[in-house]
Amino acid sequence: MKLKPTLSNYVFILPAVVIFTVFYIIPFLFILRVSFFDWDGIGNLNSAAFVGFDNFKEIFLHDSNWWQSIRNAGWITLIALTFQNVLAFLLAAACDRAVKFRNFYRAVFFIPPVLSEIVVGMVWRFIINDVDGANIVNNFLVNIGLGRFVHNWLSDPHTALNTIAIIHCWKGFGWAFLIFLAGLQTIPREFYEAARLDGANSWQLFKNITMPLLTPVVVLVAILTILGTMQSFVLILGLVGGELAGYTSVPVLRILTVMRDSSHFGYACALGINLGIILMAVSFIQYSFSRKARNYLG
Amino acid sequence: MTDRDSVFQDLARRYERLSGVKIDFELFAPSDSYSQKVRAAAQGRNLPDIFGVLSEKKDFASFIKAGYVLDLTPYMDENNSAWRNEFFTRALAVDEFKEGNSYGVKPGVYGVPIDMVAIMMLYNKTLLKRLGLDPERPPQTFTEFLALGKKIKAANLQGLVSGWVELWLVNCFASNYAFNIMGRDKVLATLRGEVPYTDPDWIKVFALFKRMKEAGIISNRVVSMINKTAEQIFASGKAVFAFNGSWCVNVYKGMNPNLDYGAILPPKASDKFPMAVWGGAGSSFVVNAHSKNKEEAVKFLKWLTEPAQQAYLARATNNLPANKQCRYKMPKILKGFSKAVDYSTHPNTWGISEFPIVNEALGRGIQSIILGEKTPEQAALEVQKIKEREMAKRRKR
Amino acid sequence: MNLYYKAKKTTINTLTHLFLLTVAITCIYPLIWMVAASFKTQETIFSNTSLIPRKFHFENYYFAFTKGNFSRYFLNSIFYTVSVVSAVVIISSLSAYAFSRLRFPGRNIIFLVFIAAMMIPVPGSFVPLYVLLNKLRLRDTPLGYILCMINVGLPTSIFLLKTFFDTLSKDLEDAARIDGCSKLRIWWNIALPLSKPMLAVVVILNALNVWNEYVLALVIFDSKNLMPLQRALMMFRGEHVTDYPLLMAGLTITAVPIIIIYLIMQKYIVRGVSGILFG
Repeated sequence: MKLKPTLSNYVFILPAVVIFTVFYIIPFLFILRVSFFDWDGIGNLNSAAFVGFDNFKEIFLHDSNWWQSIRNAGWITLIALTFQNVLAFLLAAACDRAVKFRNFYRAVFFIPPVLSEIVVGMVWRFIINDVDGANIVNNFLVNIGLGRFVHNWLSDPHTALNTIAIIHCWKGFGWAFLIFLAGLQTIPREFYEAARLDGANSWQLFKNITMPLLTPVVVLVAILTILGTMQSFVLILGLVGGELAGYTSVPVLRILTVMRDSSHFGYACALGINLGIILMAVSFIQYSFSRKARNYLG
Repeated sequence: MTDRDSVFQDLARRYERLSGVKIDFELFAPSDSYSQKVRAAAQGRNLPDIFGVLSEKKDFASFIKAGYVLDLTPYMDENNSAWRNEFFTRALAVDEFKEGNSYGVKPGVYGVPIDMVAIMMLYNKTLLKRLGLDPERPPQTFTEFLALGKKIKAANLQGLVSGWVELWLVNCFASNYAFNIMGRDKVLATLRGEVPYTDPDWIKVFALFKRMKEAGIISNRVVSMINKTAEQIFASGKAVFAFNGSWCVNVYKGMNPNLDYGAILPPKASDKFPMAVWGGAGSSFVVNAHSKNKEEAVKFLKWLTEPAQQAYLARATNNLPANKQCRYKMPKILKGFSKAVDYSTHPNTWGISEFPIVNEALGRGIQSIILGEKTPEQAALEVQKIKEREMAKRRKR
Repeated sequence: MNLYYKAKKTTINTLTHLFLLTVAITCIYPLIWMVAASFKTQETIFSNTSLIPRKFHFENYYFAFTKGNFSRYFLNSIFYTVSVVSAVVIISSLSAYAFSRLRFPGRNIIFLVFIAAMMIPVPGSFVPLYVLLNKLRLRDTPLGYILCMINVGLPTSIFLLKTFFDTLSKDLEDAARIDGCSKLRIWWNIALPLSKPMLAVVVILNALNVWNEYVLALVIFDSKNLMPLQRALMMFRGEHVTDYPLLMAGLTITAVPIIIIYLIMQKYIVRGVSGILFG
């Protein structure tokens, strides 16, 4: 390897690295540093007390609110991974078959992801909560004779989180749908025809052709789902306004509350670092797991 | 539009015509984004000439101690305290640090109150009549109040609504009754850590929420309501009571101009001590200590708090003026609020703050009581545990 | 038998369409509601919940553009979106190409750092960002905001494009290299055109990001006339009074352009995602 060509290779990544260093790495190092201080985010950082690992100790030993928010976000993620992605896959499969109006469906399914979370939250709150709007869902239940299922979906703490999860799926399934559809369309039709001639039924087709070929797509969707869901919070603000005694608290919401209401800026930064570590660990496990699965299937 | 935006823009234009000094007003809503912005600006040494402070006294103190805020005491005191005397004492108290305050701030006045608020109980007169009660005689005691629960349920209405997803508003309600049940001294002793939250009097305060829930006065919904939602419900005549601040007059007027309602102190739960509501300065402005335009900024604030401008502001936004000379024919309902200001107290005038974490635990504990997840005793115990841990931490430092 | 097969096929087709249609309706319904509400008045929005307003109040849109100064914010948002998206496309495809094709020490480490950034949220970074931009004299400037938003878009875009380049065959590039093409020309003339489908994904992803952003804008900008569209929306959500029909008109104005961008790009997007699988 000659020196000059190698140096010129760096030119390609230079702009990205410069911007990234200035606008991500430097703020990140600041946050990392602050996470070792007891700082309120207002006064001079130099006069704030250095507390070592106290903030992190507090997270692991005492902060049940934080772990509750992680559990909640984990639950929403689980629903998104299963319900949302299965729905998206079924829709993609249906769209892959039904040639008529495919473009129409494809356009419509992607409208929710296009809207901002604040819009989705405000509109759905109006639709589903009887306190400040017409509860379309409850009206519908009454109309089809299922009046006994009428419920305060968002204000009952036992259903709030699941309702939020469903609306989160509503907003997010378009992405998964699009990616699955693209994946399905890359599978050559001849594979299926040949297998059918060999007498394979639909389930066998799915198991032996669709699944293995789609594994990389599934992994991509899963990672995007986890990262997106674990860090989302604006939708919850729009839907229930806040943490609902902890029932609807999620990590980023918690961090912002700690930062603002209790002025524990340093501690909030430690929470951010903690969340990052959790997400990295989950993604890494997922990645190595999917690699094994791919080796096994492929 | 932000409700007060156009009024402030107009005032800025008037002042420019008068003095030639150009004022650039920027209102931030919601307040979350403001709290981020003002912190960032403070760290960047880039605060505007005049800015609003965050509501917590502790944060206000941090701004002062970091040297961002100009001490206005000399301006207040010049000419025989002419400026100081313009204001209601209770309004100014919120922006004042007294001798020996627990924050370690040099005594003085650091902010200028622009308007006043009081947070009270509101009742819908029309609905009260429909329930067969005298609309001019709302419930006076907590027992009477609870007794209404059945009637309210039967009429398919909601009892009390308030934005109790926001913890401070829950804490405010609890604090009112804590004053009523145990008196100011004992409440402040609790903040100092001399009385535990597991004290029988505190349990009584916690139990009020359980009793309201059981009587059907409040439901789970109250915990998932932002205040704007609660305001809509009350304005549309679906709830009999609301717990809200005096800014609501303007809000209800916008939502339902025909709403017939009155403002009262929350029905008392005990005869031992007087009921207290939170009141004092609504918004306050402070002057940036590093600003080149300090003198101009102070001059503008003086002009802004003159009776004429105060009357204009109060009329346009249906608010209570902070200037006591201000002659302003206020709507009847606002008069009710302005009377309550005399009974009012405000955490920012107590000279001591509870740990924010304890306040959070208190609010969440009450939310859990309302949801039926915890008994008052359990909630009290948890709050006390957190309080003790924070006290131990402070002793260590 | 033939009839049975036909009937079965029709049933399956009908059920499929029914399924698709149901989901499609739930997707559009809230949107229709939003548009309908934007034509109502503050008084009727809560009392009259029918989808077709009795009287269409177009003045909400008029007020949004005049009182809300929407036209100004609209142009700002378009400017920010176009600048950020084009910059992200160039910068991220350059480095993704390098991570995929070129060899240099530290390649994997640097790439991993970018990927890690996708996972570590930095709430509270507004403080260091503000201080930093202040020092660089970029606070309250469009450039400062654009640079910040480019940074937000980089990690995911690099990740997607790198994965895509990995699946592309190298034959064409090898041929070009033998013909004496420089690396930069190969990137521009061969790699970029081939990755059009994935670039479409990057474009829509970043366009959404910028168009819907407001938190950073609030922290960075002081001057009102530099603010993006979402900030104007926040102004409709007043401190105490919210003008709902005006807000809904604002939401509609905000949502329409991004839906149009998507409709234009959508056929590329599907191809872009397919590209990850089969180059």
